[in-house]
Amino acid sequence: MEYLPNILFALLLVAGIGYFARNVKRLSRNIKLGKRVDVSDNTSQRWKNMARIALGQNKMVVRPIAGFLHIIVYVGFVIINIEVLEIILDGLLGTHRLFGFLGGFYNVLIGSFEILAFLVIVAVVIFWVRRNAIRLQRFVKPEMKGWPKKDGNWILYIELILMFLFLTMNAADYQLQLKGAAHYANEAGIIGAFPVSGFMAPLLEDMSIANLIIVERAAWWLHIMGILFFLNYLYYSKHLHILLAFPNTYYGSLKPKGQFKNLESVTNEVKLMMDPEADPFAAPADDAPDPEKFGASDVSDLSWVQLLNAYTCTECGRCTSECPANQTGKKLSPRKIMMDTRDRLEEVGKNIDANNGSFVADDKQLLDDYISREELWACTSCNACVEACPVSIDPLSIIMDMRQYLVMEQSAAPSDLNNMMGNIENNGAPWPFNQMDRLNWAQES
Amino acid sequence: MGSELKVPTMAELFASGQQPEVLFWVGCAGSFDDRAKKITKAFIKILNKANVSFAVLGTEESCTGDPAKRAGNEFLFQMQAMTNIEVMNSYEIKKVVTACPHCFNTIKNEYPGLGGTYEVVHHTQFLKQLLEDGKITLEGGKFKGKRITYHDPCYLGRANNVYEAPRELIQKLDAELVEMKNCRKKGLCCGAGGAQMFKEPEKGDKDVNIERTEQAMETSPQIIAAACPFCNTMMTDGVKNKEKEASVAVMDIAELIAGAEDL
Repeated sequence: MEYLPNILFALLLVAGIGYFARNVKRLSRNIKLGKRVDVSDNTSQRWKNMARIALGQNKMVVRPIAGFLHIIVYVGFVIINIEVLEIILDGLLGTHRLFGFLGGFYNVLIGSFEILAFLVIVAVVIFWVRRNAIRLQRFVKPEMKGWPKKDGNWILYIELILMFLFLTMNAADYQLQLKGAAHYANEAGIIGAFPVSGFMAPLLEDMSIANLIIVERAAWWLHIMGILFFLNYLYYSKHLHILLAFPNTYYGSLKPKGQFKNLESVTNEVKLMMDPEADPFAAPADDAPDPEKFGASDVSDLSWVQLLNAYTCTECGRCTSECPANQTGKKLSPRKIMMDTRDRLEEVGKNIDANNGSFVADDKQLLDDYISREELWACTSCNACVEACPVSIDPLSIIMDMRQYLVMEQSAAPSDLNNMMGNIENNGAPWPFNQMDRLNWAQES
Repeated sequence: MGSELKVPTMAELFASGQQPEVLFWVGCAGSFDDRAKKITKAFIKILNKANVSFAVLGTEESCTGDPAKRAGNEFLFQMQAMTNIEVMNSYEIKKVVTACPHCFNTIKNEYPGLGGTYEVVHHTQFLKQLLEDGKITLEGGKFKGKRITYHDPCYLGRANNVYEAPRELIQKLDAELVEMKNCRKKGLCCGAGGAQMFKEPEKGDKDVNIERTEQAMETSPQIIAAACPFCNTMMTDGVKNKEKEASVAVMDIAELIAGAEDL
């Protein structure tokens, strides 16, 4: 019986981490539904990008207020996780503040965790106000209705509760140490420094040791349970970015933003067309593979990096607020492109789960069922969204792939563009001018 | 004014056994659009004045394929690209300069993968180099003290990180360069990119070029400087829409330089 809490804790830990592992597996399976692309080049540049953009948060501070607050929460999250390690070990071993032997250094650690926790609370409250009271434009766009809005707030509530539990746990622990409670008090004196939770003393100091233990244990258990819950919440939430921002910035494009990929399948066909030796009437070999589909109409036509992009998106809306089409009232929102891609990918993933590992056609696709043609045709390809993203997501590449499908598979370009393309085909300019007149300007005065 | 433009073609030079140092890729807008043709001529005047060894392809030039590619027609793009690459490679072209950021981006970034690798520079970079090499001189003069705001073309700025060359040229004119609230990396599109130039915009509250023109107007400029024929059209339309064409001119950097030199 003595070891019951330890065993319970171990079981909880295994269940929490096990369920998370299951979700990671599903996540990775879904991402691998995307087409393979070679991103093995320039590893040193890629590591640098990850260090600078994800670890160093350098694109977050382009918007100084949100950037500064985000860094507080980010640093708080990373640093306070050092404490979670101690909590897990204490839980497994039944010890009290296992790292207490670090002495003065331990006090500095706990003290700084507390200050960070307090700052996180402040930042989270400001975040909540920005979303719900000030209602900053980018948080109230049409695509943010329903779950995305709730998700954004839930994350803030969970963080708030976790920080509050952490501080309560410390406050009660401090009182127990002061009162010399068995298991808590230490001959060496007080373990830890409590610059923030110390202010909660008036609420606790009249409590009996028994009640304080209840408060301390309850806060301790709820805190670690909350963390395990949060870990498993990630897969269902935009908050997944805390993990995926790292691989996503690593795999982000290293090319100039204006360079769009050249479709290899098209290159082969064009070369064949321009080859005077090629026999235009030759029947394809019997074992020739089916011609590749041009462009993207569904998630499986996108690359796995684009799908990783979709899971990484945290719906901050910086892309959308910089988008010239969106700013002028058009339907296009680059953020929605990413959210739609993720939603459709999840739908496909669930379909595969429900059908014993293989996808059963569901009469739906990313195009039209999620992303409308009106959105796709409103894009100016200006790269503002790509530049704005703090974690190297590229919504533009998805828009372009879907345009390719519309034009090359469906011949469904707007008629103005068909005219333009007809002109290029016939006379080598987007307007109906003869190529032979191309130098006329030199003679005009 | 008045002096004849010297516009050699690659074919002419090739026939006489010469190889120019640089190909001036004029582009469709620069060849056919009435406004953009003025930019082309202004740039040629500078090239002539600086005695640059250059040529154009003339009737052998064809659309780079940029608008087709951004519209989703990869097939047409690659047909255009390979045809152009064949022509350029046959003349053994090493260096290309163009006044159109779309041509610049396409030839610089998307042609190498299809067999066309050249040193590609935008005309603002080229002009800056001419100035640094002392091939042209700028005394300010005409544009001294004028308030000029510069609009970053997406395909020059964000797409290829060229932000400073055009700005340095404006400053060399002794003009007062004023920045819009969205500039450089955060520059707002004029609304023409991604093949939008050739179609009606989707339904919305406003046209993109009007939004951008309003940003430009906030700086109370005398001149809106552009470095792209399409941006030039969009901003000119925007200025007309605001009925400011009498007080605000939209000019290409090449026109500013040629104007300052009184060419």
